[in-house]
Parts: sequence; structure tokens; C-alpha cells
Amino acid sequence: MNQLRRFSQQIREYPSAVVGLIIIGLLLIGSVVVPIRIPYSEAVRLWRGGEDVWGETPRNAWPKWKNWFVEGKLPETIRFSTAEGDGNPVVEQLSEGTREVKYTFEFDFPYDEFPSEINIFAKARYNEKQPFVEMLWITPDGREIRAGEFSSAPSSSFRFSQDTRLQRRLERQTGIDGVSANKGLFDDPEQEGLQVLKGTYILEASTLLFEDDSEVDLTFVSYGLIHGWAGTDHRRRDLMVALLWGIPIAMAFGLLAAVGTTVTTMSIAAIGVWYGGKLDGAIQRMTEVNAILPLLPILIMVGTFYSRSIWLMLGVVILLSIFGLAIKNYRAIFLQVKELPYIEAAQSYGASDMRIIFRYMIPRVLPLTIPDLISLVPAFVFLEAALAVLGLGDPVLPTWGKVIEDAFKQGALFNGFYYWILEPAILLMIAGFGFALVGFALDRIFNPRLREL
Amino acid sequence: MSETEMQPSSNGALLSIQNLHVWYELKRFGFGHAGFVKAVDGVTFDLKQGDSMACVGESGCGKSSLMKTIIGINRPTKGDIVFDGMKLTETEGEDLREYRSKIGYVQQDPFGALPPFMTVQHILEEPMIINGIKDKERRLERIRKTLTEVKLTPVEEVLPKYPHMLSGGQQQRVVIARAMILDPQLLVADEPVSMLDASVRVEILKLLRGLQETHNLAVIYITHDLSTVRYFSEYIFVMYAGEIIEFAKMGKLLGNPQHPYTLALMEASADPDAHNAQVMRDVPPGEPPSLVNPPQGCRFNPRCKHMIPGVCDVKKPPMIATEDDHTVLCWLFDPQHGAET
Amino acid sequence: MASENGNLLEVKDLRLYFKTRSGVVQAVDKVDFNLERTHATVIIGESGCGKSSMAKAILRLLPRNVQTYDGKVYLNGGDIMDLNDEEFRSSVRWKRISMVPQAAMNALNPVIRIGDQVAEPAMVHLGLNKKEAMSQAAQMFEHVGVPTDFLYRYAFELSGGMRQRAALAMALVTLPDLVILDEPTSALDVLTQANIMNLMKRVKGQMETSFILITHDIATSSELAESVAVMYAGQIVEVSDSYHFFNEPLHPYSRKLMASVPRLRADVEPEFITGQPPSLVNPPQGCRFAERCSERFEKCDEEPPMVKIGNRQVKCWLHVGGMENVGD
Repeated sequence: MNQLRRFSQQIREYPSAVVGLIIIGLLLIGSVVVPIRIPYSEAVRLWRGGEDVWGETPRNAWPKWKNWFVEGKLPETIRFSTAEGDGNPVVEQLSEGTREVKYTFEFDFPYDEFPSEINIFAKARYNEKQPFVEMLWITPDGREIRAGEFSSAPSSSFRFSQDTRLQRRLERQTGIDGVSANKGLFDDPEQEGLQVLKGTYILEASTLLFEDDSEVDLTFVSYGLIHGWAGTDHRRRDLMVALLWGIPIAMAFGLLAAVGTTVTTMSIAAIGVWYGGKLDGAIQRMTEVNAILPLLPILIMVGTFYSRSIWLMLGVVILLSIFGLAIKNYRAIFLQVKELPYIEAAQSYGASDMRIIFRYMIPRVLPLTIPDLISLVPAFVFLEAALAVLGLGDPVLPTWGKVIEDAFKQGALFNGFYYWILEPAILLMIAGFGFALVGFALDRIFNPRLREL
Repeated sequence: MSETEMQPSSNGALLSIQNLHVWYELKRFGFGHAGFVKAVDGVTFDLKQGDSMACVGESGCGKSSLMKTIIGINRPTKGDIVFDGMKLTETEGEDLREYRSKIGYVQQDPFGALPPFMTVQHILEEPMIINGIKDKERRLERIRKTLTEVKLTPVEEVLPKYPHMLSGGQQQRVVIARAMILDPQLLVADEPVSMLDASVRVEILKLLRGLQETHNLAVIYITHDLSTVRYFSEYIFVMYAGEIIEFAKMGKLLGNPQHPYTLALMEASADPDAHNAQVMRDVPPGEPPSLVNPPQGCRFNPRCKHMIPGVCDVKKPPMIATEDDHTVLCWLFDPQHGAET
Repeated sequence: MASENGNLLEVKDLRLYFKTRSGVVQAVDKVDFNLERTHATVIIGESGCGKSSMAKAILRLLPRNVQTYDGKVYLNGGDIMDLNDEEFRSSVRWKRISMVPQAAMNALNPVIRIGDQVAEPAMVHLGLNKKEAMSQAAQMFEHVGVPTDFLYRYAFELSGGMRQRAALAMALVTLPDLVILDEPTSALDVLTQANIMNLMKRVKGQMETSFILITHDIATSSELAESVAVMYAGQIVEVSDSYHFFNEPLHPYSRKLMASVPRLRADVEPEFITGQPPSLVNPPQGCRFAERCSERFEKCDEEPPMVKIGNRQVKCWLHVGGMENVGD
């Protein structure tokens, strides 16, 4: 306890370390909290699930906070679902067996930019005759535009941008060739070029039901250009899931690899030094051979020919790192420790070889390894990200590296989706930064010669 | 104290060193062989329970290697050690642990001898844990008793401390306590006070003497400081270049030193006196010889001013008894060749 | 510049305090002593009394965490504390005062030949060229008893005693007035110690160099010096000529210290001093030895003055006029 207090006193003298500790603390809290709030199965579902999970999120949307930096206001996603009670249905019985249910979706559009898409999803329940949906678009300045009509299958979607008739109508209206529906429907005809007409828009959707028991549930979505705190990717997935889940994965990988490697390396060095002779020689030769083996290409080979599971990768990384050149450093230190008088004393009262190695030699050296260990964690975190960028990331898990890989493959920078790359990159940097700061301070604490009094 | 399995060759002594040789192999660059460091080259003596013996010599004379072999850390190359009926060369594994548990070892550097990451309690528990004393209460009881004996009180305050929180003298007391904790029969103290301050040395030496008397221990006390031996031992032997060159009862050696090297040691060990600054000391020049290739004949001959050419540098001197309880390894006392007695 | 009373060195009120994590260490706390030309003095003290710091203070070899460094040090009458660092370096350090540091044999550079190392101060401080410096080094080797072909060897090829001699040669090569020896023999064997001491006696006689010998080894403390200073807890508590000191020390600490040394030739049971020296971080008020002194009384709560008795000095209330009758 006393030691902890002294230690915390010492570390408080280095403000950079305190910052680092805060960062690490947050990361560790995140590692615990995230899997609780978004359980693993949920995360996998959100990340891998099909259209029904992502269908209502915009594609490549910027994060919400972009609005703070740009001049105009970017549109958010607007969504109505009749199944949830939106739309103020008005039912009118037209004839025997046929009724019309008219829904009105009214919304404000005070934004300066057009939505990225407009879709309407229909889920129909019927026996034989498909219900029919007709849509009328009413602009704030009173124009009425026939938006389109379709018959609804059990699961249909009407994508406004894909309807060519609507497009031709809008071309006539706005006078712009090739205008897409998501823009045309919101365009201000008075203004030159494409300008958003702000105001209240109404979409009237009339559904014609030809059977008494047929029903249609409509979901209208106007996709915003921004979504969530982290934005979305090309498959409409909310990046927040990946960013959050990246925390425990990065931490787990980094810490396990760092701790596993350091502890094992130290033990091997200690055993070699203690027994000396041929064993020591063999370990040294193995270390030297291992130093020549290239880590990344081997990992690439394992990933390509065998499996990309993150746990396998972790195992291979540790295996190839335990005979790393750090063994030579530890060996030098252990050679000195071996000569210390208390080791001899332990022999004199009968301590066994293993006991001396693990209870007398290693504890002496352990504090010195902690700065190295801490500084090693970000190295492994980056390694995992690097593997992912090279296409060898775990196929299932959402990690930061994976996000960068996707962004890279989809030409995020070329397309101007800077957030997509910046967010995971910044998180990686912060993680590395936090550990590095603490590592530097620990180095100074444990190695007094580096201190400045 | 078990004297059940006494070998006939141990003469009733607790510890019997018999023509012991301890040679270390010199390796060249990890391969090949470049000779031996003959650290201990033919040493013989006996030690009875309750007696204490001082081993005096300078660095490189082999005394540390001798002690480490007695304790069981080094292996004899030739010759044997019989301790409490056990022959060291035939003792391995569990028996070796038992052998070691009967010998307490006090080292020179009090701070280095204690693991810095263990509390005093832990340090003292370790030997007991290793030697199978499983009951924690029993261990603590022994610890309390031993710490009281070495006068490290109040015990409860000392137990949770780490070595760096103690003074040099206190640290050495912990080392002594650790050496005593298994109730040994033999205590080996290797320069136990040379790294302590002058005013503390005497206290520790007196403590050791007290422990010896109370427990009837056999003690081997190694030192290079002749002035401390008189308070502590009945017997004394002087080592030079791996051999015992003089062996006597304390009073006889100090009163009548014979070997030229012993004389030199006495001459060099000054008592503080203002007159010292005016005179040169009569000490032999040079340094102790290499243990890889010691000089032929008597190993001290290159530095000895009484050296007899043709004798001392050719043949090894015999061990001659010049009086009761006093033997010397020197040609000067040989009736045939010796010039003086 | 000669001083009036022929003293080579006069130290007055020298202070050296360090900043550490646990507080300010008052390592050298207002120390006074003098040294005559061609004489040697020995400063006796146990570990932690500040004697090594005093050596560094005189030579201005200060670490980075110095808090206070003042006082007066007169070398041949001139106050060297007045000089700035560069002047001190070029005119005093190693030209007029040099040092053989503790564990000197480990202070030799392992990758430079001994001869080059010993010659270096001569080149730097005396401006000699390489050839002249090497011949000076060779001369020094002869003085200290190292064979001259050792000039071309490396430190690890020499034994402990030889290395110590080489370190002494390095300190003498610029023919300084004063050499400070910090524990010169503590890591050496008895016979080697005696040989080194013989060597210093010879050098002192032949080269007329003055020495300050700093040691905790009471036994060898009488080997070289004409005068003795005893240091305790950062202060000097007794100064005396060696004859009187070794016959009958005045200060209770000196007495106890001398009584604790086992005698080879006399059959006297040695004593020991209970307790420990006080920490230098917050030294106690009053006499610093008081809590361990068997002759303590109420006055000892105040800091005792340095009392002159003949040409001896004692920092003890017992010797303040009439309390105890000690003459020469």
C-alpha cells in the first residue's frame, strides 16, 4: 500500500503521465463498458447484419458534428413509420372490398443541403391482390408533384431516385437535366441552379387495399447527410459500433500480446542465464535466428493460407515475439542479478532452481520491465490495425483497422469522406499516445538516472 | 545435533575438510579450455561442534571458494567434505538441501544479501518454507524468537519493513537471523562486518559470539582483518593462493606468528598510532599470484624475503608443527633446510 | 600569494546542501579547518557524515541538485570560492588541487590506455604536448611504483593495487599543491593497503605534496597524517594533531570511535556506540551527537561552540572552560 502511495506521488510529478493515465483509464473503462452496453452478439449483428439492420441509415453519412463546422445546415435523416403510428391515416371505403388509406407525412426541412436519398419501404400483408401505393409530394410553396406509384409485395421498396418518370417530371420542373429525385423534390424553382427550398413538406401516400384484411405498413425515409456521432460507412453501418468495439479489441490484443510477450521473454532469459551452458547457448541461437524472421510477411502468410481469426494472429505474434531481441537485454541484466549476494544466500538455504528464478531473480527485474511493457502495448495495437489494413483483419469483428481498411478500399479520401479515416486513425493515435506518455514517465521513475531533480 | 552416521574418517569432528581441491574451468570464448583456476588446492582441517575458527587471507586466496564449497554451492573437484556424517560428494537433491539447511551463511554485503523486494518477514520465512515447515504460526514464532535473539526489536515493527528501510547494522542482523532461523549446527560468516561502520562492527561481532556460545555453534569466520579475529575464534588458519600456510590456536598465532606471510599481515594491520605516519611498514611488495599458474614450490616465494633459492622455488614445503597446536607450511622451519626457527 | 601563517589551505564556514526528494540534505554544514604546507591531514568519519561531499565541495565537483554552496576556501591566501567556474577549472582544479576519488580503480576509463589517461591532465591543464605529457606520466609512474611499460596497457589488465597507483599518478601528474584522497584503500587488501600507504608517505616526503585523506577506516587513519579532523553529521567535531589525538581524543564521539576499533596488539575489549548518526536532512538542534552521548547534559540542547584548547579544537560543551580539565 505504501508503495502504491509513493508511486502515485511520483507519477503525479509528470503531468504528461497523468494525461496518459487518464487516457488509458478511459480506454480501460471503455473496454469494460462497451461489451456490456453492446453485447458481442449485438455488435456482430449490427456489423454484419443485412439490409434490415442498416436499411434506414444513410450511406457514407458524415457525423453530426460536421454541422458545427460548415456554413449551411446539413440534413438529418427523417423517418416516418406507419407501423409505429405515424402518418395520421385516414381511411375511406371506396367500394366493396376496396378501401383507401391515406397517410400524410408532414415534416420540416430547414436544411441547406439535399438529402442523400429518399426511399419508401412497404410491407404488405394480403392474400392475392397486392395493395397499390400512390404518392403525392407537396412542396412548401404549394406545388404538387406526382412522386410515383407501385404495387407492394410483402417487402418492397420504392427508391425515388430510381424512378425515371419522376426524374423526367423533375427535369421539366427544375429545368436541369439529370437531376436526381432527392434533389429535385427539394429544389427551389425560383432560384438558379439547385437550391434547397426550406419549409414544410408533405408527402401524401394513398394506399389502395383490395382485400378486407390486407394491410400495408409504410416507412418513409429521407436520408440525411449526417448520422450519429461517428457517421456511417459504405454499407450504411454506424461507425460508432466499430469505434466503440475497437476499444476492447485493441486493448485486449495489445495488453495480452504485450504482457504475454514480456513475461515469457523475461522467463526464458532468466532460465537461460540460470542454467547457463548449452541451454543458454541454444536460447541465444534461437533468438538470433528469430531476429531474422520477418514478422509481417509471416503473419500475412498465416492469414492468407490458414485463418484470419484475431486470436490465431495474436498467438502467432506472441510466438514470434517471445524470442525477440529483448532477450539479450534481459540476459545482460540477469547475468548481473545472478551474481548478487542474495541469490547465493538463497542457494545456501536450499532454494531450488525454479524457485530462485521465479521468486528471486524475476521479481528483481520486474519493475524494470513495466515501462517496456507499457510502451509495447501500442506497438501491438498498431500491428493489429496494420494487419487489418492489409486485408488480414478478423473477418467478423469490428476493429479500428477494419474501418480503415474499408475506408481505404472505398476510396474514402478520394471521395471526401475524411471522417471515415480520421476517426479510427485518431483513436489509434490517442491510444498509442496515452501509453507512450505513461511509458516515458515510468521510464523516468524506474530509471532514476533519467530524472531531473 | 546428530552424530548418528559419523564416518570413521571425521575424527569426531562436525566438519572435516579432507584434501579439498576446488578448481574452476577457464573457458575460452565459450568453447575450448584454457586451464583451471585452482581456487582451493589441497586444504585439510577439522572443526568440532562449539569451536570457532577464523580463516584469514586476502582476496584471491581461495577462502570464499572454500566457504562456498563447504556450504554446498560449489562442488569439490578432488577430496571431500564430511559434515555431520554426510559426505558432500555423495550428497544430492533432497539430501543436499538437508545438508545446506544445517549450515547458516552470513555474507559480507548486508544490503546485497537481502532481496530488496521482500519484507523482513518474508525473507525470514523463505528458508523455512523451502525446508518444509508448513505451519505459518510455527514459522512466525521462530521468526520472533530469532529476531529477539539478534536484538532487532520491537519485532512487530521490523517484520513489515523492506531492507532499504533498515540501517547497515540492522540489515546485517536480519542476515544473521536468516542464517540462524533453521537452527544450524555450523555458521559460516564471510567478512560479516567489513562493510559496516567501525562503531557498529564490534556490536555485530559480539552478537555473533553470543550466538555461538548460546547455541554451541561451530563457526567459521572469514576475514582479512586480523585485528578482529582475537575476539572471536579459538583457532585460526591463514590462506594464501589456495593453500593453508599456517594453522594454530589463536593465542599462539598472534603471539608467535611464524610464516613470513603471516608476519607481513600482522605488520600491515596497524593499530592507530601517531607514530605510524613516520615509519614505513615492512611489507612484501607485489601481489598474490594467479591461481591458474601458481609459482612452483612455495607459492609465496616470489615475494618472500627469507626465500631459500633452490628450495623454496622448487619443492612444495611440508606442513611442519613448530609447537603444540601450531603448524606452518614453510621450508624455514624444516630442520634440514630451514635457516631459522 | 602566501598566507600569514603558512597554511596552504584554510577552509571557513564551508557549506554544501543538496536538494533531494526527501528534503534538503545538509551534507557539509559550516566546516572549518586548516592544512599546513607539506602536511597531511586525515578526516575521519563514518558513512553518511558528509566527508565525501566535503571533498567535492573543496574541488567544486558539484552535482546538479545543489541548493547551497558557500563559505571561504583560501588556497595560499587567495579565496578560490571567489573564482567563477571557468577560472576555477583552469587555475585550481587539477592544477593546484587534485583528487583521487573513491573506488578510483573503477574510475579509470576502460577503453583508453592508462598512459593516455594519466597524461591527459598534464595536456589539458599544463598545456604540454603529447610527448611531454607522456614523459611526465612516465615519471609519475616511477614515483608510484608502476612499471613504465604499463603506460600502454588498459585498465582491466592491471590488478586493484596497480590501478589505485595509476589513479594516484593521474592526480599527481600536474604536480599539484594538494591531493585529496577519498577512501584510497578501502577496497584493497591489507598488504596492498600497506604498500599504498608506504607509497604516499614517500610521495609526501619526496614531492612535498600536501594530502587530505578522507577515510572511515580508523585503523589506517594514522598512517599518513600529522593532523586529524573528525566529522560527524556534516560538521567537524574535533581537530587535533595526530599525536595528541591518538593518545587521548577529546570529543565523546572521537573517544567512542577510537574505542570501537579492535586492537591487534592490545588486549582491550572494544566498545560500540548504540544508535545511528542523525539524518542530514533535518539535523537535530543543538549538539548532533547528544542523543548517543553518555556524557550528555542539559546544555547540549544548544549548538556547542568550537572550543580551542591549545592548538586543538573540540566542538563540545564539556570542554567549555572549566567543565572538564583537558590540557595538552
